[in-house]
Amino acid sequence: MTDSAHHGPVTATAPRARAPGFWHNLAFWGLLPSWLLMGVALLLPILIIAAVSVATRGAYGGFEWGFDLSGYRQILFNEGWTGELEFTPQYLVIILRTLALAGVTTLICLAVAVPVAYHIACQPPRLKAALVYLITLPFWVSMILRVYAWMIILGRDGPLPRFLEFFGAHAGLSFMYNDGATLAAMVYTYMPLMVLPVFASIEKLDGTLIEAAHDLYGNRWVTLRRVILPLTAPGLISGAILVFVPSLGAVLEPSLMGGGKQMMMGSLIQLQFSGGRNWPFGAAIAMTLLVFVMIVLLLIARRATAKESTA
Amino acid sequence: MNQKAVEVIGVSKNFGSYQALKSISFDIRSNEFFTMLGPSGCGKTTLLRMLAGFESPDTGSILLNGREVVEIPPHKRRVNTVFQSYALFPHMTLEQNVAFGLENLGWQRSRIRSRVGEMLERVHMSQFATRKPAQLSGGQRQRVALARALAPEPEVLLLDEPLSALDLKLRQAMRDELRMLQRDTGITFVFVTHDQEEALDMSDRIAVLGGGEVQQIGTPTEIYEEPVNRFVADFVGETNFLPVEVLEAAGGMATVRTPFGQLIRVSAPAGVTKGAATLSVRPEKINLGDQAPATAFPAQVVNKNYMGGYTHYLLSANGTEFRASRRNASREGDTIPVGGTIAAGFAETSARVLLA
Ligand SMILES: Nc1ncnc2c1ncn2[C@@H]1O[C@H](COP(=O)(O)OP(=O)(O)O)[C@@H](O)[C@H]1O
Ligand SMILES: [Mg+2]
Repeated sequence: MTDSAHHGPVTATAPRARAPGFWHNLAFWGLLPSWLLMGVALLLPILIIAAVSVATRGAYGGFEWGFDLSGYRQILFNEGWTGELEFTPQYLVIILRTLALAGVTTLICLAVAVPVAYHIACQPPRLKAALVYLITLPFWVSMILRVYAWMIILGRDGPLPRFLEFFGAHAGLSFMYNDGATLAAMVYTYMPLMVLPVFASIEKLDGTLIEAAHDLYGNRWVTLRRVILPLTAPGLISGAILVFVPSLGAVLEPSLMGGGKQMMMGSLIQLQFSGGRNWPFGAAIAMTLLVFVMIVLLLIARRATAKESTA
Repeated sequence: MNQKAVEVIGVSKNFGSYQALKSISFDIRSNEFFTMLGPSGCGKTTLLRMLAGFESPDTGSILLNGREVVEIPPHKRRVNTVFQSYALFPHMTLEQNVAFGLENLGWQRSRIRSRVGEMLERVHMSQFATRKPAQLSGGQRQRVALARALAPEPEVLLLDEPLSALDLKLRQAMRDELRMLQRDTGITFVFVTHDQEEALDMSDRIAVLGGGEVQQIGTPTEIYEEPVNRFVADFVGETNFLPVEVLEAAGGMATVRTPFGQLIRVSAPAGVTKGAATLSVRPEKINLGDQAPATAFPAQVVNKNYMGGYTHYLLSANGTEFRASRRNASREGDTIPVGGTIAAGFAETSARVLLA
C-alpha cells in the first residue's frame, strides 16, 4: 500500500501569470509531430474504410466515391431481380459464428491463463522472468509458420495422430480441417496476450489480502470471488479484450486450420477486397465490426470508471 | 479467570536448514494482553502466523481454548489478525471491510449493520464509513484494521507489530487506545513487537524470544527487574554487565564480590553457582554524588551526555567502566565535570546475578 500522501485530489497550482500565446505554446508544438503521426497512421485508414463503406460499387470491381448504404444493407438483405429486399441470414450467421469463435477462444484462454499466470507469479524472481520470457517466445516466429507447424502436429502422420496410434488408435488419423483445429490454433496464437496482463495483475495482488480474507472466515471460494477476482479484474478484462478483438478478425486459422469450410468475418472481408471485388460491402462489414468492438470497449471503460469513482 | 486461551506445546519450525523455532512451549491466559518481544528475525511473526493458521509447526501442538488447531485452516479458527501492513481490502469501503468477517460467519444483515456501526464508532471512524482505505492516513487505516479484526469477537486477537508503521506521536496514542480496547472488550490480545518500551508499557505479561527460544516469561516488572539471563537483561532496557565472583549462592540469593571491592548479597536465579559470573545493574539504579548510598565508591567521569531531563555518565572505577544516569531533579543537578571524581553506588536490591 502506498503512502497516504500520494492519495487525495491533486490540485493544479501551476502559476498562471499570463495566458501563453498560441505561438508560445511549447507543449502543443512539441507534441504536434506525434499527434500528426498518430492521426495519419491510425485515423486515416479508418476514415478511408468508412468512406469506402458508403461508396458505390463499380461495375467491374473497385468503387466510385459517393454516398450509398447498399454495402450495409447487403449484410442483412439480398436484392432480388426485381429490386425487392429479401432477408438473408447468410452473413449474419458468419458474424455470429465469428463472435462465437472469438468468445470461446477468449474463455478458453482465460481458463488456462489464470492458473498459469498464478503459478508463474508464485515463482522466485529469476524463474519468473524466464517463464514470462518463454510465454512471449512464440511472438518471435512468424504467425504463418506457427500455424503451419500446428497443421503438421495435428495432420495426417503428424506427431499427435502418431502418438495416439501408438496407444491403439487406427492409422491415418487426422485432426485437421474442422472447428476444433481452428480453435486450437486460435487459443495457441492468442494465449500470450491473455497470460501477460493476467500475470501482471496477479503479481501486483498483495498476498496478505488473501490471508486477511481467510483470517476473516472466508473460504477459498469467497476469497476468490470477493477479493482475488475484483482485484485482478483489470488484468482479466484487458486480457479478454486483447484476445477477443483480434480473434474477431482472424483469417489464417479458420482458412488454414479449418480448411476454409466455415467462413469467418475476417475471410469474408478479405474476399470482398480480393476475389469478390465488392469493396463497399467489405468495408461495411469492417465498419460494423469496428463499431461493435468500440461499443463493447466503451461499456467496459464506463463500468471501470464508474467503479473507481464510487468511493 | 485464569483459563488458558492459547497453549503452545513443543512447537518447532525449520525453514530449510535454518531453525527458526526450537521446541517452544508457553501458555497465554484468557483475557490477558500478552506480548511476544524479541529482536527482528527471532521467529515472532512465524509463531503468530501459526496461531492464525497460515503456517504449521514441524513438531508440537497448538491449543486454542483447549482445542487442538494445528490441522484447522485459518478460516475456521476463531482468531483474527491485525496485519502489520493493515491488509485492508482496497476495493471495499470501510463498512464493507468491517462487515466482511461477519458476513462470512453468516450473521444476519441487521446485526451486521449495527455491529459495523458500533465498531467504527469505537475506533472513531464513523464519519469515514463509506470511504475506501486509500483515502485514509496510516493511523486511520490502523484503526479500521482493528475494528475489522475485533468485529467478529474472536477468542484471540493477533497483532503483528501494528504500531511500527506509525509516527512517534501517533504510536504513543495508539498504545493507550489498544490497551483500552483490550480492557473494554476482554478479548485476549497477542501482541508482537521488537520495541521493548511498547512491550513494557502495554502488556500484562511478556514472553521474551531470542534465538528461536523463549528466554523468559513474566510481567513487565519481572522482565525488567529480574531478568533471568544476559540476553533478556540486555534486550530489555539498558544495563551494566559487571564481572563478579560468586562466593556463595543459595535460595535465590548470592554473595558476590564486585570489581569495586565490595561484598554484597544480591538476588540470583536458580542455577547460579560459585565462581565467575555477571552482575546486572541498570544505569538509573546507580546513584551519584549526594544521592549515592553509604556503600558508595569513588568513580571517575570518563564522558557524559546531557539529555535535559537527565544526564548519562560513563564512569570508571577500579579499571571497570560502567554507565549511570542521573535525573536532573534541580537546576543545579548537572554540575559534575568530565574528568572529575564522584561517589557512585547502588542498593543491593537493585543488582542481580545472571546466568550465562
Ligand atoms: N517462509 C520463509 N522461508 C524461509 N525463511 C523464513 C520464512 N519465514 C521466516 N523465515 C525466517 O525465519 C526467521 C524468523 O522470521 P520471523 O518469524 O518473520 O521473525 P520476526 O517476526 O521475529 O522478525 C527469519 O530469519 C526469517 O528469515
Ligand atoms: Mg515479524
